[in-house]
Amino acid sequence: MSATLLSVRGLDAWYGRAQVLYGVDLEVGDGEVVALMGRNGAGKSTTMKAIMGLLAARRGEIVFAGERIDGMAPYRISRAGLGYVPEDRRIFTDLTVLENLEVGRRPLRAGAPAWSPERLFALFPNLGRMPQRPGGRMSGGEQQMLSVARTLMGNPRLVLLDEPSEGVAPVIVEQMADMIVELKKQGLSVLLSEQNVPFASAVSDRACVLEKGQVRFVGAMAQLEADEAARREYLEV
Amino acid sequence: MLSGFAGQLLNGLAGASTLFLLAVGLSLIFGVTRIVNFAHGSMFMVGLYVAYSLAQWLAPLAGGAAAFWLSILLSAAAVGALGVLVELLVLRRIYRVPELFQLLATFAVVLVLRDAALAIWGPDDLLGPKAPGMKGAVQILGRQFPQYDLFLIFVGPAVLALLWLLLRRTRLGVLIRAATQDREMVGALGVNQAWLFTGIFALGSALAALGGALQLPREPANLGLDLGTIGDAFVVVVVGGMGSIPGAYLAALIIAEIKAVCYGIGAVQVFGASFSFSKLTLVVEFIVMAAVLIWRPWGLLGKPQGMVRGAAAAEAPIRPMRRAGVVATAALGAALLALPLAGQAFPYLTVLMIDLLIAVLFATSLHFIMGPGGMHSFGHAAYFGLGAYGAAALLKGLALPMELALAAAPLVALAGGLLFGWFAVRLSGVYLAMLTLAFAQIVWSIVYQWDEVTGGSNGMVGIWPSARFASKTAYYYLTLALVGASVFALRRMLFAPFGYAMRAGRDSPLRAESTGIGVIGVHWAGFAIASLFCGLAGALYAFGKGSISPETIHVGRSIDALVMVLLGGVQTLSGPIVGSAVFTWLQDWMIRATDYWRALLGFAILVLVLAFPQGIVGGLAAAWERWRPPAAAAEGRR
Repeated sequence: MSATLLSVRGLDAWYGRAQVLYGVDLEVGDGEVVALMGRNGAGKSTTMKAIMGLLAARRGEIVFAGERIDGMAPYRISRAGLGYVPEDRRIFTDLTVLENLEVGRRPLRAGAPAWSPERLFALFPNLGRMPQRPGGRMSGGEQQMLSVARTLMGNPRLVLLDEPSEGVAPVIVEQMADMIVELKKQGLSVLLSEQNVPFASAVSDRACVLEKGQVRFVGAMAQLEADEAARREYLEV
Repeated sequence: MLSGFAGQLLNGLAGASTLFLLAVGLSLIFGVTRIVNFAHGSMFMVGLYVAYSLAQWLAPLAGGAAAFWLSILLSAAAVGALGVLVELLVLRRIYRVPELFQLLATFAVVLVLRDAALAIWGPDDLLGPKAPGMKGAVQILGRQFPQYDLFLIFVGPAVLALLWLLLRRTRLGVLIRAATQDREMVGALGVNQAWLFTGIFALGSALAALGGALQLPREPANLGLDLGTIGDAFVVVVVGGMGSIPGAYLAALIIAEIKAVCYGIGAVQVFGASFSFSKLTLVVEFIVMAAVLIWRPWGLLGKPQGMVRGAAAAEAPIRPMRRAGVVATAALGAALLALPLAGQAFPYLTVLMIDLLIAVLFATSLHFIMGPGGMHSFGHAAYFGLGAYGAAALLKGLALPMELALAAAPLVALAGGLLFGWFAVRLSGVYLAMLTLAFAQIVWSIVYQWDEVTGGSNGMVGIWPSARFASKTAYYYLTLALVGASVFALRRMLFAPFGYAMRAGRDSPLRAESTGIGVIGVHWAGFAIASLFCGLAGALYAFGKGSISPETIHVGRSIDALVMVLLGGVQTLSGPIVGSAVFTWLQDWMIRATDYWRALLGFAILVLVLAFPQGIVGGLAAAWERWRPPAAAAEGRR
């Protein structure tokens, strides 16, 4: 594994009085794609929100690029180079594609790929065909692409990608997989939350499996693929 | 006739510009921060005052025209800076508290700014200079039309165009529009919301001040402008759609033109009776708002508001009183019964306690729908007023005995509550608040103008209790008995199945409906019950004071009720009692202690909001929860 970019130690999180994460440990190396797997409700999205600072009730140590980020406001975490693509996309529906990208725009960053609308339109040709379309008048797949593109406009070093394959057409899922491979090639690190095993295997180096808010499996993706018992226990419905 | 009509339409256009400038900043601020900013009218008022002073200072230094226009622009800039100050010192600390507390904080700012204006500019009206070069009138369709008003007609659309360019063509504008939809996501994309909020507050305040400053030659600066204009500003924002800039102009235009037309028509004969349309102008905007809210609840050009993510936590269930509470209540009851004995030494105490008890019932009846019902009425004064005027009219007009008038007056309020509540319970959140405010304004306007029955602006005098209750002590006991029984009855209802149904409807209307609760019907009944008890408070007030005037039921009284409930804590049952007692006592003490009681009260509210974001009782309960031993805490939670 290459140098550690993101390291999470002993992450606890709560919704109200209910604890949903119990001491989650997690690492993402520089240039690595890690799949965060588990069933619905296992705590994948919560882990991402907690890393991003969107959950006030959390405890644990989160280090990103050598800097403690637990306790920082979300905007500072984003500025540190951590991008977040939420599960429900959260496109600004009143804003056009270009305006959505503008909201995400941040200055260039050393050690991270540099993005512009033009480069993103090359990556997502569908978006390039509709620069002036309002976000509210796009299909689910197009919104998913826009959500990723918007986050990339911040030139992050690592992206938290929350279930990009959820609720989109199979052809879009394939495009998403190609896109993640392309991002990795450019040097970006990705923490991918995913339930779809073939999708995760196609793009990830390592896997981290959650069940009921606890880490049950950490290892190479190939190892998880080979371990049918672990897959049945933690992933299959 | 036709030319006169066209003249009125032109007047309407000038009025539309003023209304637009007054309201557009409020709409921007609400869109981004979701704060209902009561202090917006104060920014308008301060803008006018500052422009007045600047015009005086600058006149000897610069040329007449330069001094005039410079003072208007500088005033907007100065008040923009004031907005930054308010945001940094007050609002920034409370973005995470429930929205009603933010509202309470902005109301405290209103009080402080009012007294600051009183201290700086004094109580007299101040009329500014005429605009140089625009002192005359022009001939339009054979009528004289003031040049300055003609100029104003173009100011509104010009500002609209500039704002449109700002929102569509600049990065700041894109961020503002994005934050209006989902501010948390904007933060996750690396935008520092805090500065965005500060910026929007500065811009909104500056726009309000520009609107105020432009009134320099038309309207004297006076201390009533803050609360006098905030109602209009809310109406325009709600009618146009919260956060919609073109909507604000459209709404301002419609309201200003309807008003102008009402003036133009004047009095007409309908079947021999004379009906004055110009009298309608006091309420016409509220009628328009009520109609729009019923037909299109999110405003003409607005969109249904999404829930703000990460809002306040769910409310804890209410619990029956524990033994300590029963003992404390009994002790309080005994003390209240014994109080007139001390009244021998302090005669004023009995009078104050009557006021205090009436305030308790007033606040408790509002809390009944606000806390367990989740219906934030901004117009509770309406039912207080219906009770008070009902009592007075029954006593004077129908010559009923006092006891009968006191018993029947709450029914007048009940009728009002049934009528207004039928519409109001169909809305929620800010929209319900605005509709109830509109109804209260309509009641006020009828009271203010219906000379034959209500005495119009003079009010009614000589509403004294019968001989049996003529002494202050006897009236105190009457009040104590009625208020005590009412508060008990309201509390009892919350622990009955009706109360459960009302809370279920508040927490999840859909789930409540699917278990067979008719949520709208239950909330309508709750609204009516609250207005009945509020009417009793009003009737007690009328007989306690001996006189009433439209002043007593103005928007300020609705706000007082809100402050009392929020101060005590909206999520606790004893909150309204503590809140109303503290508020009434503080207000009484401060009014007697200083001329600047408003500012003092405002600071007191700010301290309480910042220190106890759950209200006094809520804060004490949370402190108790932290302090008591863990075993007892686990017991209580079970």
